[in-house]
Amino acid sequence: MSQAPTREVARRVFAREFNDASHTFKESEDERAPVYLLLPTGERANRVFLVGTLTEKEDVGEGDEYWRGRIVDPTGTFFVYAGQYQPDAASALRELEPPAYVAVVGKPRTYETDDGSVNVSVRPESITAVDATTRDRWVAETATRTLERVGAFDDEGDEYARMAREEYDLAVDEYREVALAALEGLDESDELNGDGADAPAEH
Amino acid sequence: MTDLHTHAEDIVAQFSDHLDLDVDDVEERLDNLVNEYRVPVDEARRSVVNSYLDEADLDRDALGGGGGNAAVGLAEIDEDEQWIDVTAKVVELWEARSDSVAQVGLLGDETGTTKFVAFETSDLPELADGAVYRLENLVTDEYQGNFSVKLNRTTTITEVDEEIEVGDDAETVEGALVDIQSGSGLIKRCPEDDCTRVLQNGRCSEHGDVEGEFDLRIKGVLDDGDAVHEVIFDREATEALTGMTLDEAKDMAMDALDTTVVAEEMRADTLGRYYRVSGPQFGRYVLVDDFERLSDPIDAEAALIEARSI
Repeated sequence: MSQAPTREVARRVFAREFNDASHTFKESEDERAPVYLLLPTGERANRVFLVGTLTEKEDVGEGDEYWRGRIVDPTGTFFVYAGQYQPDAASALRELEPPAYVAVVGKPRTYETDDGSVNVSVRPESITAVDATTRDRWVAETATRTLERVGAFDDEGDEYARMAREEYDLAVDEYREVALAALEGLDESDELNGDGADAPAEH
Repeated sequence: MTDLHTHAEDIVAQFSDHLDLDVDDVEERLDNLVNEYRVPVDEARRSVVNSYLDEADLDRDALGGGGGNAAVGLAEIDEDEQWIDVTAKVVELWEARSDSVAQVGLLGDETGTTKFVAFETSDLPELADGAVYRLENLVTDEYQGNFSVKLNRTTTITEVDEEIEVGDDAETVEGALVDIQSGSGLIKRCPEDDCTRVLQNGRCSEHGDVEGEFDLRIKGVLDDGDAVHEVIFDREATEALTGMTLDEAKDMAMDALDTTVVAEEMRADTLGRYYRVSGPQFGRYVLVDDFERLSDPIDAEAALIEARSI
């Protein structure tokens, strides 16, 4: 089969689970081998795709531009940071006016704080403004992927589920509840709005 | 051992419509004949197939394979060095690039198309464009994940008087568009005859410095969270996707004195959205014939019901 290096899949994960993750690992000694964030439900993530509401943005750089954005999904907040090495994402953040639905493709980054806890953020490859239906589709898709992972969590043959059981002491059933609640939220806004897609259209 | 296992799997697949066979059982029967009774593999396979034919009360013809080779759809070949029989139409004949190749082109059956090669040394009768043949004893071949079939000295070629509706082996993939790769947007192609290579810094890798011709394309990545699919939108598909025509793209690049603004604009308009595309697979890429933006509101209630069942 093809020897070309395969592109890493962009995992779907809600903010709640993403921010609970802390363990990172490599699968080879190679200096340039991809770094994976271990998701608590038992999957490795070298890349994520998320859609949510950009609620705040701030240039937190000293001198050079360094943008921080808060992106909210039904379960919590993703933090994204973009500086000079992510020029497209940085200029997108510079130009976007919150609140706005945005889609982000990016890499998980972890950072250990002085008190020993680990913060997780996203280093974006791209940030684009999207519409409400794209956001709803992401919520539904992410709920499904999360539930699939929770469903496979006790599978002895699942390498990353096993790793998650060893590395984390977290109740994965909570992620199931959170995912179902996110879907219930979509269902309710359907009923309130008639079609669930009355937010401002793109552009 | 593994060889017998492969044969066993083939046999199970051959009978999948008729009998519910267990690979291990079939392999055991083959193993018994081959290793215990020293029967050649081909003969052992024939014998095992015959006994199952009796069991299923079938004629050999019902399996589609005449000589005991696997009956595999051309678009379904997924194994290297497998012996197969097909009834196929010559869809295209290409110019042979090597003196050792007698004929090269595309064969098609109901499942789709695949490349075929016939070598000079095999000394076979020529296939005619558009004709339908029964071809027995072809060997499959794999190169970088692409499968083809080779005709060889033992291949029998019989022209048959039937028409084949060649299948559309389009792949359909969907997901979020997570990347538009370099080499997308407004590009230049080599103008030499039969060369459409994309120029890098004004140079064609075959013809050197040339005056390129503008074109539009998008090399994109669709990602559904489980797998990634690389897709190529040609000019027509790119114009439909982005709403930007080649002329508009040229104007935009001219105004900015920079061609990269075109891809940038395309990224802003398409990244992060969900699409479903279909078209033939070519190497790593799906070449987009049709696409749709998945923009219908999702049915949250249905999604919830399904989710609760996971």
